[in-house]
Amino acid sequence: MESDTIVAISTAMSNAGIGIVRVSGDEAIRITNSIFQGCDLEKAESHTIHYGHIVVGNETVDEVLVMLMRAPRTYTREDVVEINCHGGVYVLQKVMEAVLSAGARPAEPGEFTKRAFLNGRIDLSQAESVMDLISSTNEYARKSSISQLNGALSKEIKALREKVLYEIAYIESALDDPEHISLDGYPEHLKEVVEPVISDIQKLIDSADDGSLLKNGINTAIVGKPNAGKSSLLNALAKKERAIVTDIPGTTRDTLEEQILIHGIHLNIIDTAGIRETEDVVESIGVKKSFEMMEHADFIIYVVDSSTPLDENDFAIMERIKDEKAVILLNKTDLTSVVTEDMIREHSSHKILPISAKNLTGLDALEEEIKHLFFHGDLRMNDEVYITNERHKYALVSSKKSLELVLRSIEDDMPEDFYSIDLMDAYKSLGDIIGESVEDDLVEEIFSKFCMGK
Amino acid sequence: MSVVEETFDVVVIGAGHAGCEAGLACARLGLETIVFTVSMDSVAFMPCNPHIGGSSKGHLVREIDALGGQMGINIDKTYLQSKMLNTSKGPAVHSLRAQADKVMYALEMRRTLAETDHLTLRQGEVTDLIIEDGRITGVKMFSGAIYHCKAAILCTGTYLKARCLYGNVIEHTGPNGLKSANYLTQSLIDHGVEMQRYKTGTPARIDRKSIDFSKMEPQYGDQRVVPFSFTTDPDSIQKEQVPCYLTYTNEETHDIIRAHLDESPIYAGIIEGTGPRYCPSIEDKVVKFSDKQRHQLFVEPESAFSDEMYISGMSSSMPEAVQYEMYHTVPGLENCKITRNAYAIEYDCIKANQLYPTLEFKNIHGLFSGGQFNGSSGYEEAACQGLIAGINAAMEVLGREQIVLDRSQAYIGVLIDDLVTKENREPYRMMTSRAEYRLLLRQDNADLRLSKIGHEVGLISDERYEKLLEKERMIEEEIQRVKTVNIGANEPVQKFLEAHNSIPLKKGMKLAELVRRPELNYQMLADIDPTRPELPEDVQEQVDINIKYEGYIERQIKQIADFKKLEDKKIPEGIDYDDVSSLRLEAQQKLKALRPISIGQASRISGVSPADISVLLVYLEQGKYLK
Repeated sequence: MESDTIVAISTAMSNAGIGIVRVSGDEAIRITNSIFQGCDLEKAESHTIHYGHIVVGNETVDEVLVMLMRAPRTYTREDVVEINCHGGVYVLQKVMEAVLSAGARPAEPGEFTKRAFLNGRIDLSQAESVMDLISSTNEYARKSSISQLNGALSKEIKALREKVLYEIAYIESALDDPEHISLDGYPEHLKEVVEPVISDIQKLIDSADDGSLLKNGINTAIVGKPNAGKSSLLNALAKKERAIVTDIPGTTRDTLEEQILIHGIHLNIIDTAGIRETEDVVESIGVKKSFEMMEHADFIIYVVDSSTPLDENDFAIMERIKDEKAVILLNKTDLTSVVTEDMIREHSSHKILPISAKNLTGLDALEEEIKHLFFHGDLRMNDEVYITNERHKYALVSSKKSLELVLRSIEDDMPEDFYSIDLMDAYKSLGDIIGESVEDDLVEEIFSKFCMGK
Repeated sequence: MSVVEETFDVVVIGAGHAGCEAGLACARLGLETIVFTVSMDSVAFMPCNPHIGGSSKGHLVREIDALGGQMGINIDKTYLQSKMLNTSKGPAVHSLRAQADKVMYALEMRRTLAETDHLTLRQGEVTDLIIEDGRITGVKMFSGAIYHCKAAILCTGTYLKARCLYGNVIEHTGPNGLKSANYLTQSLIDHGVEMQRYKTGTPARIDRKSIDFSKMEPQYGDQRVVPFSFTTDPDSIQKEQVPCYLTYTNEETHDIIRAHLDESPIYAGIIEGTGPRYCPSIEDKVVKFSDKQRHQLFVEPESAFSDEMYISGMSSSMPEAVQYEMYHTVPGLENCKITRNAYAIEYDCIKANQLYPTLEFKNIHGLFSGGQFNGSSGYEEAACQGLIAGINAAMEVLGREQIVLDRSQAYIGVLIDDLVTKENREPYRMMTSRAEYRLLLRQDNADLRLSKIGHEVGLISDERYEKLLEKERMIEEEIQRVKTVNIGANEPVQKFLEAHNSIPLKKGMKLAELVRRPELNYQMLADIDPTRPELPEDVQEQVDINIKYEGYIERQIKQIADFKKLEDKKIPEGIDYDDVSSLRLEAQQKLKALRPISIGQASRISGVSPADISVLLVYLEQGKYLK
């Protein structure tokens, strides 16, 4: 029943060489063909493999093998194209972007499987697991959505949406009550509002391109009691390795974050507030947030101050990270230590490494451990973040297109009611990014901002 | 003691704008129908504003007409002034509004009811519903009389346990001092219907002779009046029109209101009902929009039979003395005499999510409802629901399939879907912004959209339907011609373009391209289009709109196709949501409570996410519900 064409990277986003970008839907073959050089895929037989290149403009993105499968003998029972790339994560992303700009849209969580099921491909007995897959992947996507991971960006999107909504509400009030509210000279005003919004969105699209919209990589939280040396550790890592610019211009960050590349593995490191029992309201909010961060993190670095005795707070943290991927750092080896590895091992089975963030000792061992975990598959890059990022970018591009249509309608002298159609589309697309639907926003806005009625 | 006992096919409770449409629809479909009213003299009474139509409401009237309802015909016969609004904007938001002669409007409608076969109008108050095995079988009157029926339609408007308030005066009546209906609410509650309380209000009426019109700006109707009804011959209704007048409140008015705010029953907390934000009282406007130095007022005639003028924009529930004071500050109203006080009215109504989109109660078979009883506001909103409830009650009695208009077919569909699916917390008014496919839901094409349905139902005659098909054919053929005809870059063409400030042609062009230029339209281009056939005005209009806005229209057609996919996926009535374990708890609860008829409707329930919808789709596909 759903036939629009979807795309996703269907292999784990590890740094392994080979990965697959999968495209499914009525237009799968035509879309792939438009970015493929090698042969004419539209004329190719079903279930054949073709060698060639993915080319965008004049740039060759990757050397690929394309597997072409026509409906119905495919996983989804739709036309499916699988593009086998071998340029690593970065190239996979580029190929996926090329497919997106050729007309596909990013797949929703579990969508390939859902289609397979709805098209009768999967056995009825599997329905239960399909439903679970959809709701669990969706739950995960929700957790890793921008508003959870990047409060600053979420605020920015909200601000843009508000501007757009205000204009829609103004137009709609004028249409509803033409004798009260006039649209004389309005198009010029609207143009002045829309143009900067478009350039703001463009900036966000650019930041999506350089990976800082949502940071791809392993979300790593540094946790510990106050003064355990969390920030020093972050600084030490950042000093030693290449710290990558993470912030979006003009926004403020909620938590301190750095992206660090260790042996080719991206880590998004989040420094959290120190954890301790506290009566202080402000501090307790920070503590609560630290626990939330732990929940969203893929990897936890727990820093213990070896110069002060373990207490309730340490035990609470260790209990909390029991089932998580984590490493425990015994910091401040430069001072007299009162905490030993054995004392911690009584409470935790995680790997323990002695370090001194101050003297930069022990960091190599930490990096080795991370590398070890990653290449043994214990630690995986958060695929969902990348996919979410792609979806957000797609939504940003859609909203920009809609706003450009508004400008064109103004140029073409279209009646004002047409503006609000495209403005609404832009508003909706922006809402997709922060997971907010339209509901009754418009009607609320009209009544709260404009005085109308008998 | 013996009681009167009679049997009808359909009982309609209420003879306002919803009740009249409901009763007429059933009777016209051949069912023995009785319409009850608390007062024979208040049939189709307009207790508030004296006009029909307006932005988006005009669309509703057109749609009612296209389905075979009465409102459009009735206003065409009884208007005092008429105006097409928003003509400088796109065709989707053109909207017709007519000032009605309230007295004539009501009388004309009453005569129509009287002249309709199978329809009985009866004064009396219904106090109880008789429900057996989850099905309505009759109603009981205050007198003790019993009317058996196969279906009943509740159109009680603002009359249930109504009370009118201004200052500290409370009158336990319906609008305009009419008798309220005080017993039916309890019967509904006893049968498991969930009730709520809404409020609305109306401004004062003022004696025309006491108004100084020289201080106001007259507002005239259109030169040539366009009728509401597709069946009305435009030539037959042109007449001398009556003006309205424009004036404004000022700071003095607002000061008086602010000074007496604590005497308003709303601000004093006496009123319990929820009022609509879109028609705020003047008190609300002054409080909420305190930065506005003045508010616009329209002074509208009520009837040729009276000198009463309606002060639109100044509804209030202030004490009588304060009302005099504040109206007297308005230019032109300095010495005005109030003929009827402004007041707020509170009444019982239902939460409409207890209804299917057919307007039948989910828990009571054969019981339908329409109008303000369902939590809407406005004559037009009421009338269209009455019509749909009437049609579906008739379909039910006749054993035929009930109809549902969806959001892509009509404003009526949007209105009903909003009412039965969303959580509404105030009286619901139609607005064009609520219709997501409004480019296609225009007032000018209501007949093309809906008369086929009206014909299938049996309310549109074969003759009228044949005419419609002919119109459709002419539009189609002409659009094809305009898209293929070439206009050469010859001298008369260039001259024509120059005369209309349009860029001259470099080479030949399709006529359609010229129609799309903002400064030109199809009708104007007749001068340079020698092969054009002679076509009726309404056909020409359709050709113009369809070509001019083709890009946008096609986009919406595509969106509608996607929308329909979900709409057409029906959810079986017996579905057990507890069995769908992957649904989130909130979604599960909402779905259980609302029992949507389709995946589309489910997707519009707040708290049901796209993932929940996916889960539901998979579940339905699985066919588990069959076991």
